[in-house]
Amino acid sequence: MEEFVKHFNEIILPAICSNFWVVLPIIGNILLIILPLLLGVAYLTLFERKVIGAMQLRKGPNVVGWFGILQPLADGLKLMLKEAILPSKANKTLFLLAPIITFVLALIGWAVIPFSENFVIADLNVGVTYLLATSSLGVYGIIIAGWASNSKYAFLGAIRSSAQMISYEVSIGLIIISVVMCAGSLNLSKIVLAQKDMWYVIPMFPMFILFFISALAETNRHPFDLPEAESELVAGYNVEYSSMPFAMFFLGEYANMILISAFASVLFLGGWLPICDNSFCNAIPGFIWLCSKILFLLFCFIWVRATLPRYRYDQLMRLGWKVFLPLSLAWVVGTASFIVFVK
Amino acid sequence: MQLLFKRAYNFLLREIIVGHLLTLKYMFKKKYTINYPFEKGPISPRFRGEHALRRYPNGEERCIACKLCEAVCPAQAITIEAEERADGSRRTTRYDIDMLKCIYCGLCQEACPVDAIVEGPNFEFSCETREELYYNKEKLLANGDRFEYALQKNIEKDVSYR
Repeated sequence: MEEFVKHFNEIILPAICSNFWVVLPIIGNILLIILPLLLGVAYLTLFERKVIGAMQLRKGPNVVGWFGILQPLADGLKLMLKEAILPSKANKTLFLLAPIITFVLALIGWAVIPFSENFVIADLNVGVTYLLATSSLGVYGIIIAGWASNSKYAFLGAIRSSAQMISYEVSIGLIIISVVMCAGSLNLSKIVLAQKDMWYVIPMFPMFILFFISALAETNRHPFDLPEAESELVAGYNVEYSSMPFAMFFLGEYANMILISAFASVLFLGGWLPICDNSFCNAIPGFIWLCSKILFLLFCFIWVRATLPRYRYDQLMRLGWKVFLPLSLAWVVGTASFIVFVK
Repeated sequence: MQLLFKRAYNFLLREIIVGHLLTLKYMFKKKYTINYPFEKGPISPRFRGEHALRRYPNGEERCIACKLCEAVCPAQAITIEAEERADGSRRTTRYDIDMLKCIYCGLCQEACPVDAIVEGPNFEFSCETREELYYNKEKLLANGDRFEYALQKNIEKDVSYR
């Protein structure tokens, strides 16, 4: 610890101070994305409750504020005021670390998402790989939570979750490969620019559907919410959590949903590009186009949740390995041969 | 051939799309929600809610302490003590209902020969302690005064079925 403080005082602090004017805009950019994102996560919960309510002929929350607009604040306040319970047999460090990991990993993916032609925090040339890596790391938060809780339900939920995420990551990876082959770049901005003539959702519509379904499984959403199947596992990996650690898991899950929607809109729906190339559509700024595409995909997430019942676990695995994997593999081969022989 | 069609059906996600269109249609339908504390649903005239002891229009209490309600009460929630009053009429000195024991079966109001004990339309009498739910005569008479209009209307509406 002392060494770390010494290291921090002698090397890191002067480095930050001397490059203050370089660091400041970066921090500004990060805040510019993180703060609206957190607000978006909070309001996504309200949006979800409203949409599901409407589909079940209910009104949803409408008492706190106008049309329930302050409901997320009330929920957040409630969670913050609750007691954070530490199970006596839990591994305390890991137990508290897990929600932080989940939450942070859901946020750092945003570094490479391009909001418009020149607004992206880190214009990485391996943006796609970076996103894949962070989303794969997300499973660690869940495994650690399940393991550290020292509880059967949490552990079963964590095992299910990791198996599910790993099997769907394979097909997601293959789908992304076919997109990347068409775009010829791993840079997300270049992928978007490559869709200037035609969004990839049109030539690769089946892959878009596969990607969307895999994204449902990847974010543990309905109908693939097996890790937290209420009727079987109480609440899955977060059964022992309460108060802010629970809130972090919750926020992380919803932030992951937004992130993967953003990823899908960049890969298939042309990111910040307007829907058609005329002066009116071009006048609307790029991030609004991106946000509306994300919002549409999020609506689809919620729509699916309101419609479909949960899959059985063996059905989920069968779908992942026996249907999605061959289909996406065949599509990769098809795209590759199309590019090689036709173009 | 049929199997092929079935496979194609599954791969085109036909059923799932139909299901999604159905939920989308429902999203724009009229909602059934009643905003409960602000709006309330209709209640039948036979609704059996909180008890009340009624009075005659001249202010005299109806109950004649016949104890039929006490006898019929299946939960034995009613306790009555009676004495002769100064003017010679038979009246209750004590009329208690343990609302925690009461099962709201309505037998007491069926048994009552003078329509004194009735179950009214009020169902919002939750409270924070048990003691508040041991109702005595004053409380029941106060309920009767409070809900008299509704109680009378309910009896009028129901009388043709009896």
